[in-house]
Amino acid sequence: MPSAEEWTVVVLSLKVGGVAMMVTLPIAFALAWLLARVRFPGRLLVEAIVYLPLVVPPVVTGWVLLLAFGPAGPIGGPLERWFGISVLFRWTGAAIAAGVMALPLMVRAMRLSIEAVDRRLENAARTLGAGPGRVFWTLTLPLSVPGILAGAVLGFARSIGEFGATITFVSNVPGETRTLPLAIYSMLQQPNGDAMALRLSAISVTLSLAALVASELLARRAGRGFHVL
Amino acid sequence: MSFEITVAKRLGEIDVALEMVAGDGATVLFGPSGVGKTSVLNMVAGLLRPDRGRIVVGGEMLFGTGVDVPIERRRAGYVFQEARLFPHQCVRANLTYGAAAGVDVTTVTGFLGIDDLLDRWPRSLSGGEARRVAIGRALLSDPAFLLLDEPLSSLDRARREEVMRGIEHIRDVLTLPILMVTHDPEEAERIGTRIVTMAR
Repeated sequence: MPSAEEWTVVVLSLKVGGVAMMVTLPIAFALAWLLARVRFPGRLLVEAIVYLPLVVPPVVTGWVLLLAFGPAGPIGGPLERWFGISVLFRWTGAAIAAGVMALPLMVRAMRLSIEAVDRRLENAARTLGAGPGRVFWTLTLPLSVPGILAGAVLGFARSIGEFGATITFVSNVPGETRTLPLAIYSMLQQPNGDAMALRLSAISVTLSLAALVASELLARRAGRGFHVL
Repeated sequence: MSFEITVAKRLGEIDVALEMVAGDGATVLFGPSGVGKTSVLNMVAGLLRPDRGRIVVGGEMLFGTGVDVPIERRRAGYVFQEARLFPHQCVRANLTYGAAAGVDVTTVTGFLGIDDLLDRWPRSLSGGEARRVAIGRALLSDPAFLLLDEPLSSLDRARREEVMRGIEHIRDVLTLPILMVTHDPEEAERIGTRIVTMAR
């Protein structure tokens, strides 16, 4: 059985990953829809910025977040002055770092799903009297659900595995920002920490594996089933 | 006049052009494939914008100088070549998608012979069944006119007969103006009140 300390780490990781995924979900879907359906100037730039965290070293992403959310930063300054909120050294900051790192993966999965929605069905709905809004809610969105779920699971898995951006942005505070990867790293720095590192690694692998299998099953479901006659 | 259509549209290497005036009943657009028959239906439905021209149906201008009525307000009952049923909705939900609340689906399911299909899913339907459901869905959306794109293609003889009778019922009993595309002379003869031939 995991110790109390290990439980704290696991529960914190699930909280950070869950919140990161839930908050990022609508943002990722909006971006995915925009990139899949709308041709606008600067589209390539938006796409590049969304996918940037995939290719930039996570430490850099973490540092950029630190600058943005720091007391003198363009987001952190107003947050602190107007609402008295600071995300530094807090689990909320860890969730922000995880969400930013998961965003590109989520956008990619959802975008493929939206692009796979048959436009001919949407045209048929228009001829039946449905305006663009109704077409979105009754066709585009429900038909993209498998991709949305796959993106969410993938985003969640990525979030609970986040390391570089998190440790740079909100440090490694036990009980607050010390998620699974950070705890494993900390254990490896300590003498006699190997056993706990091993147990946490096993939990981490199990969680990631479960998420990947779920994501794959959802993606497969997206592939079949919905066919136009 | 039911249909007054004067349109021109360049699609890649092909120039689609048609000028016709047609009265009540079923007007059949006849001609070889690739001549732009479906494109004409798409222009009438608003799915394709003509380069120039005028489309008036039942006295209402749908497209013309300064006028381009949005697709959803054209009241076109469009039955596509593929049924295009919504795969995540059962037959009943497909039928009522464009219908007013509380509409009685049996007004069309009876003569189309699809009463028994209401709780089925589109993927479980045969080609003929799906086609008839698509016709029913178009009719229930309270259309001002019907657009039928090869409604009998890829159906076996018995199914063709069923769908053909449905179309004749719409033409003679419901008296909805119909614009239908086909490349089959026999179909054109049987259904068409008049035949408009499109050539390259």
